[in-house]
Amino acid sequence: MSNFRLWISHNTGALIAVVLFLVLYIFYSSLHPRGFTTDLLVQNSNEALALIFVSIAQTLVVILGGIDLSVGSLMTLVNAVASEVVIGTGPEIVLGIVICLAIGLAGGLMNGVIIVYGRLQPIVVTLATGAIFTGLALLVRPTPGGEVDGDLSWVATNALSELPATYGWWDSDPGWFNLVSGIPMPIVILLLVILLVWIPYRNSELGRGGYAIGSNEAAAYMSGVRINRSKLAAYTLSGMFAGLAGLYFAIQTGSGNADPIQAGTYTLNSIAAVVIGGTSLFGGSGGAIGTIFGVMVLRSITFCFRVVDTDSAVGFLANPLLQPMFEGLILVIAVTLGAARAFSVKNRLNMFR
Amino acid sequence: MEVLDTGPAAPLLEMRGIGKSYGGVAALDEVDFSAHASSIHAVLGENGAGKSTLIKIISGAIAPDRGTMSFDGRPITVADPQAANAVGIVTVFQELSVIPDLSVADNISITRPPKRLGLIDRRAQRRRAEELLARVGCEDVNPRARVGDLPLSRRQMVEIAKALGRDPKLLILDEATSALTAADVERVYTILHRLRDDGLALLYISHRMHEIEELADTISVFRNGRHISTFAKGTQSDDQIVQMMIGRDVSNVYPPKPVRTEPPPVELEVSRLGWTDRLSDISFTLGKGEIVGLGGLDGQGQREVLLALFGVLRNVSGTVRVFDHKGVPRSPVVATRPDHAMALIPEDRKTEGLMLPMSISDNISLTSLKWLSRGFVIDGTAEKNAVDGMIEKLRIKIGNPDDAVATLSGGNQQKVVIAKWLLTGPRILLLNDPTRGIDVGTKEEIYRLLRELADAGTSIILYSTDYDELIGCCDRVLILYGGRIVQTLEGDAITETNIVASSFNLPVESEAAAEPVRPQ
Repeated sequence: MSNFRLWISHNTGALIAVVLFLVLYIFYSSLHPRGFTTDLLVQNSNEALALIFVSIAQTLVVILGGIDLSVGSLMTLVNAVASEVVIGTGPEIVLGIVICLAIGLAGGLMNGVIIVYGRLQPIVVTLATGAIFTGLALLVRPTPGGEVDGDLSWVATNALSELPATYGWWDSDPGWFNLVSGIPMPIVILLLVILLVWIPYRNSELGRGGYAIGSNEAAAYMSGVRINRSKLAAYTLSGMFAGLAGLYFAIQTGSGNADPIQAGTYTLNSIAAVVIGGTSLFGGSGGAIGTIFGVMVLRSITFCFRVVDTDSAVGFLANPLLQPMFEGLILVIAVTLGAARAFSVKNRLNMFR
Repeated sequence: MEVLDTGPAAPLLEMRGIGKSYGGVAALDEVDFSAHASSIHAVLGENGAGKSTLIKIISGAIAPDRGTMSFDGRPITVADPQAANAVGIVTVFQELSVIPDLSVADNISITRPPKRLGLIDRRAQRRRAEELLARVGCEDVNPRARVGDLPLSRRQMVEIAKALGRDPKLLILDEATSALTAADVERVYTILHRLRDDGLALLYISHRMHEIEELADTISVFRNGRHISTFAKGTQSDDQIVQMMIGRDVSNVYPPKPVRTEPPPVELEVSRLGWTDRLSDISFTLGKGEIVGLGGLDGQGQREVLLALFGVLRNVSGTVRVFDHKGVPRSPVVATRPDHAMALIPEDRKTEGLMLPMSISDNISLTSLKWLSRGFVIDGTAEKNAVDGMIEKLRIKIGNPDDAVATLSGGNQQKVVIAKWLLTGPRILLLNDPTRGIDVGTKEEIYRLLRELADAGTSIILYSTDYDELIGCCDRVLILYGGRIVQTLEGDAITETNIVASSFNLPVESEAAAEPVRPQ
């Protein structure tokens, strides 16, 4: 088989998500009055980035063959903290961001330590630690509010052109900058995180170990893979991504809100996004890139409901009450396409393993 | 133990007084064993002789209860496979240790990947994979391919390439050729001879006698967890080696077999059954009230025969006639319907036989709920009567039928599995190694039960890894080798010598008594 066809067959799930996203988003943009403009792209990417980070956090755990019910809560905790500390002078803001990420890392490490050394099931442990994170978040921020640095908020939620303008990097934009100035800042942030965190992780021994564990833990052990170390790394990094999500959500909304219901919604949506993005819940395959498109598929569904004309033949689609149902349908379709492999199983017992 | 000449040099690996027990049963008992550099050392023995345990201890997969090991003159303890790799002990396992979802290149460099700037250098990794694959003569394998998508024989070669990439001093091959094609086997021989000439010590576990003749310099025989003898190749005949592997008495725990004057009516007729590359050309008949044994070494297709008959496998070729029905059952649901009336006692009661957290009663009635229900509701009284009847009939020792089945001993758990299937009233009973890991007393009860069932008209196929059982229980024994029936033993020809010899695909002692299978 050619290398290209191999690549396709290894990434079928993610490619399905890409196609679904393109179909939905082009449909949406073509109906939207401001379709295909930087404005709309900025707005949409703002709405997607926090969920993308939470879903990448989920992906890391799912690759191990686990599931993390605490990602939404950890995000909420960091969100609450961020609304207290990401403000003040430049160095204070930087320190605040570091604190937020450190809390994320610590939360993930705690999950990892309990799961690895307690030999417990991830679903139970994260159900419990999720409640702990929510409790701490409510302690930090009993009522919605707080404040995040306004300049940072403005820069992080607009097009790239606002970055030099806000901080006064230069008087007039250099020529090359015009080529990239229209890119929404959330996309820039995401690209940086993928390049600096995900790709190195994916190409490290630790990351490789995570895939090996999810694929066949016994074989990984017999191959001399450092199981505990890989698991701890995956959970810790997962915590950091949840922290990034909380931090960005605070920056985006300019405040903090310790809302347990919202935490639950983010956790559940993250699992849906992981599945749509082609990562197997059995572990061992998939990755962050697929998950990003999984989130964009989920978000695009939401967007589409906003542009359907209520008087048209498909007006019933505009009913926001139907939205969860359509999200569910898309999830079912994506999962079904991904599971087509089961038809080629020769020993039916293998379908249950 | 007698030790013949194994060379003047000090051994690379030396083991003293190694012991390992599982639940009171000794898998290895006071074993002294050594392996030398520049030598191919074969380890031989029946199923359960302790070969695998020995390999697992050397490779760090399990820890011995007693004994010491030294490697290269230094005492060592190998806590895990990583530690074994670190000193130069590398194992190619029978149960593949390659990771299906990763690429070939990823698998080969799983522990020590080439790096650039601290990250895995994928290009270098692919080159390394290509080099190692070329060394094992598998240039056709694409390093980017997912290992899970490769056929078994290629996967095995990837595993060997992976082992070579770790610069072993002692390379252990545990049934490493069982999945290979003949051309691959030749290549592996060449590689192994070259490695030996380079000064490596090789430990070679194989069930194929002719392979050992071709490859090994030194041979060790194990039996019942003991190291029986070590000798240079060519100093003992095949017969002598087989005797060393057997060397015990058949105990007298089996009920008498009936004497037949005429063949019983055929209930099950299998012709030319095949499935992937694991089964081919399997043909036999099962008469009413007969017990037919499936024998041979582990993993020669015996399990697959039972699974195919029970409708678990897909794309099975050939024809099966059950009573008046033609065709292979499509699923266990079909196989258990009254018109087929089959039951399969699975090999692993913990994963395929029992719902461990559910009660004894629930487990026994599970397969028969259709008959125990009135409308949609389970008839509690009928269920209780049926369950109590079975518990009494099989003399299952329990406190309360509502206790979780996990609380029972292994023997009683196995009785629950048998009870659950007998309750369905099977006319064809398939058993997959039903006495594995249970106590002798329960084993005897099961042997008697099987004969009682057969006398009452149930037809039975029994796969057992214990040759004694085949001899004691079966009216006929089919020996499988490489997915084919290579020998059918009947009556007085069912002897341990014949079973062992034909398991290794050697000619049986007395051709007249046995009935060789003619090619069709």
